[in-house]
Amino acid sequence: MNHSANPRRPAQTRRSPEPIFWALFGAGGMLSALIAPMLVLITGIAVPLGLLLPADAMSYHNMLALAQNPLGKAILLAVVALFFWHAAHRIFHSLHDLGIDAGNGARLIFYGAAFLATLAAAGALLLLGF
Amino acid sequence: MSASDPRPAAPRAAPALPGVAGNPRRPYVRPMAGWWLRNPYFVRYMAREGTAVFVAAYALILLVGLVRLAQGEAAWNGWLEALRSPLSTILHLVFLAVFVFHTVTWFEVLPKTMPPLLVGGKRVAQSAITAGAIAVAAAASLALFGIVWGLTR
Repeated sequence: MNHSANPRRPAQTRRSPEPIFWALFGAGGMLSALIAPMLVLITGIAVPLGLLLPADAMSYHNMLALAQNPLGKAILLAVVALFFWHAAHRIFHSLHDLGIDAGNGARLIFYGAAFLATLAAAGALLLLGF
Repeated sequence: MSASDPRPAAPRAAPALPGVAGNPRRPYVRPMAGWWLRNPYFVRYMAREGTAVFVAAYALILLVGLVRLAQGEAAWNGWLEALRSPLSTILHLVFLAVFVFHTVTWFEVLPKTMPPLLVGGKRVAQSAITAGAIAVAAAASLALFGIVWGLTR
């Protein structure tokens, strides 16, 4: 007996995790589309070169205060983790375009890397204390 | 195989698709390598998708920074010092260009992924949604800069 709404397609017995990965991809893509250029300008160009912003803007004291603030922690984790999940999902789906037959092994590598990066970021933020 | 046969010899080693590669009839298989280089639309598509590699690289740099911060002041200062190297500056300038491209292309796709936006019973043009979203990104970027400037001056 087929309980599927569409009689030509078999009833779905197993839910795909794709919506979760797609949501993480979308969240990371949106966050990076909104702020990544400015973030790079700040952390990679303005502060290291002392342009526009004080050269000690990212001093140990300042960054410790940011990383120990609950809101600062959430922002740092969101940026690092979502950027990784966004990239992992997009690169994984581009493998097909490059003629690479990507299966569960590639899924494990890309989503696993994003997961490990998330764990590492969360671990570092927990170590930094509140 | 006759000498005048223009078709390439069938690949004998490691047939990937049974019935195509290694098939003695050697059916024509359209080569896929570099398919996206033949059409500017697909070159842009691949460039758009390729921004993810740079997002991953930047996220990795930030993650290393977080780990170095957790390791203490000396480790953090080492990470900061590395950011001051000319190579790092060049890399971040590349990131900046790529991420601006990501922002533009992300918001070009946005109206295609959302339900039609109706204002006064009329559908808002896709280009207007893209332009509006890019304006929002510019405002968010200015706000971020303002917050950092206010907190660190």
